[in-house]
Amino acid sequence: MNKGLLKYLTTTVLRMVLLLIAATMLSFFLVHNAPMDPVDAFLGEVTVSEEQRAQIAERWGLNKSPAEQYLIWLGNTLRGDMGESRTYHEPVTKVLGERFRASLLLMGTAWILSGVLGVILGIVAGMYKGRWPDRIIKTFSLILASSPVFWIGLLVLMVFAVELQWFPLGLAVPIGKIESEVTWAERLHHLVLPALTLSITGIANIVLHTRQKLIDVLESEYVLFAKARGETLKQLITRHGLRNIALPAVTLQFASISELFGGSVLAERVFSYPGLGSTAVVAGMQADAPLLLGIALFSSLFVFFGNLTANILYGIIDPQIREGGGIDG
Amino acid sequence: MADMRLRTMEKAGGPFLNHRRKVLLIIIGGIVILAGLCLWGLLMDPSRYAPNYGARLLAPSFAHPFGTDNLGRDMFYRTICGLSTSIQIGLLSALVSSIIALILGSLSAVFGGKLDTVIGFLVDLCMGVPHLILLILISIAVGGGAAGVIIGVAVTHWPSLTRVIRAEVMQVRSAQYVQVARKLGMSNWHIAAKHIVPHVFPQYLVGLILLFPHAILHEAAITFLGYGLPLDTPAVGIILAEAMRHLAGGMWWLAFFPGIALLCMTQLFDVVGDYLKILIDPHSARQ
Repeated sequence: MNKGLLKYLTTTVLRMVLLLIAATMLSFFLVHNAPMDPVDAFLGEVTVSEEQRAQIAERWGLNKSPAEQYLIWLGNTLRGDMGESRTYHEPVTKVLGERFRASLLLMGTAWILSGVLGVILGIVAGMYKGRWPDRIIKTFSLILASSPVFWIGLLVLMVFAVELQWFPLGLAVPIGKIESEVTWAERLHHLVLPALTLSITGIANIVLHTRQKLIDVLESEYVLFAKARGETLKQLITRHGLRNIALPAVTLQFASISELFGGSVLAERVFSYPGLGSTAVVAGMQADAPLLLGIALFSSLFVFFGNLTANILYGIIDPQIREGGGIDG
Repeated sequence: MADMRLRTMEKAGGPFLNHRRKVLLIIIGGIVILAGLCLWGLLMDPSRYAPNYGARLLAPSFAHPFGTDNLGRDMFYRTICGLSTSIQIGLLSALVSSIIALILGSLSAVFGGKLDTVIGFLVDLCMGVPHLILLILISIAVGGGAAGVIIGVAVTHWPSLTRVIRAEVMQVRSAQYVQVARKLGMSNWHIAAKHIVPHVFPQYLVGLILLFPHAILHEAAITFLGYGLPLDTPAVGIILAEAMRHLAGGMWWLAFFPGIALLCMTQLFDVVGDYLKILIDPHSARQ
């Protein structure tokens, strides 16, 4: 590893850590600014004496200044204790851990599916630039890019679950089964529709990018020369196209994790899939501050991991950064 | 003068509906449709979509093009009203977001240095928290309700436009004609008014219009999740959330039509924005 790349990587990682801290501060500030009294939200209909209220407030550290509370929260979080969810009456880390596995499965499947399908469709469109396969794929992607995820989810649900009854209406496992009895086949069966919905909406970006990139490559002079040497279209794409497309596409896919997360909140809601997204919606409704903060932290961590990977890949791909001093170098 | 040139052009034999005029016509058409939709919803008599228990869950027909829901409300008029609400919220939030972007982007480009770093950090921060989670957090911080949705959507859509404006201002600032103007002793105000604003404003306008689809979709999404707008407001998000409950009964029209109407509207905004971009781009002038 040379000096330019090392310097780039250290600044990138440092910046990401700073951003992550700022993101938790922002979330903390927003949640604590809520006009809802957390003690009231916790108690609901139950009436207690002023003394008991004060005790609860004391236990949660509500009488300290926001800055102090933030530092306490940060300290506890670093030690692995994120408080107790007021909705589920379980430690936040436990709630998040369970949901995270389900979400990861969903998002991971959708992420890989949209990436692979997107690149393939993009290559097809680029190969047939201006002809009918290109026009269909391009129009389709442009429409998908601006259609609401939850609407697509509803349509998918209507067609495949209600009309054709191929797949279940929702949830991640069959109703009334114990966690340990659920088979992988059942899990997959429940996963298909949400994952399909989520990948459909993420695909447009990657298709359009791949298509443009391939067209640029095919119009370049070195490809003209290769053509003159007698390479076929297939050879052109495998020898020159793919090499130029692959890494930027992967980078783009990593950078799109923020949107993927937003999409998963909606998709999970439509399919009542018990992941992080649907938990976020519930936590927000109940003003469950510890759980919300946990989700905000987790989701930011996710996005920052994606962006970090994308940035590192940029650094490795872009010779200007690799050789020079920084992004502007 | 412009008139004369136009006449000579026509004499030269170009078709009346040349590329530029066609583009202009599409933009005007799009804006008229969207403004009409907005006004239609604003001026609509609420009795049009009032509950009518005699006409519950009717499939689409001539009398009810989008069918009716379980309370017998006409889905067509509800959807129109919902789109109108979306346009209004979109307009407000796109305006607020674009003004934030304009200020931050210009400050960042003009002063550079530390301020540029800070603003760049803010942009990354705002993009770092998933958008929907940020919307939920803001909605809670504000205390929910319509205000939560409007403020949330309004203050989260500036980052990408800020980057565009920063890049544009930087580009003009270092352009030779601006350097020459400065050397000729023109005041900063003169340079800003004569050179920078005319260059950046069209980009700003395009950015503003292209913000609409995002703002509208996010408004629909956060409403769909159950935050914000009261349940009796006709909003596409609420309509779709209600439709979700009747899906298993085969009431496909409840979800299908409102969604497709929303999609068409966002596409229309995209078309207007894209054609506006073509119109102001000098490279496409001679096509």
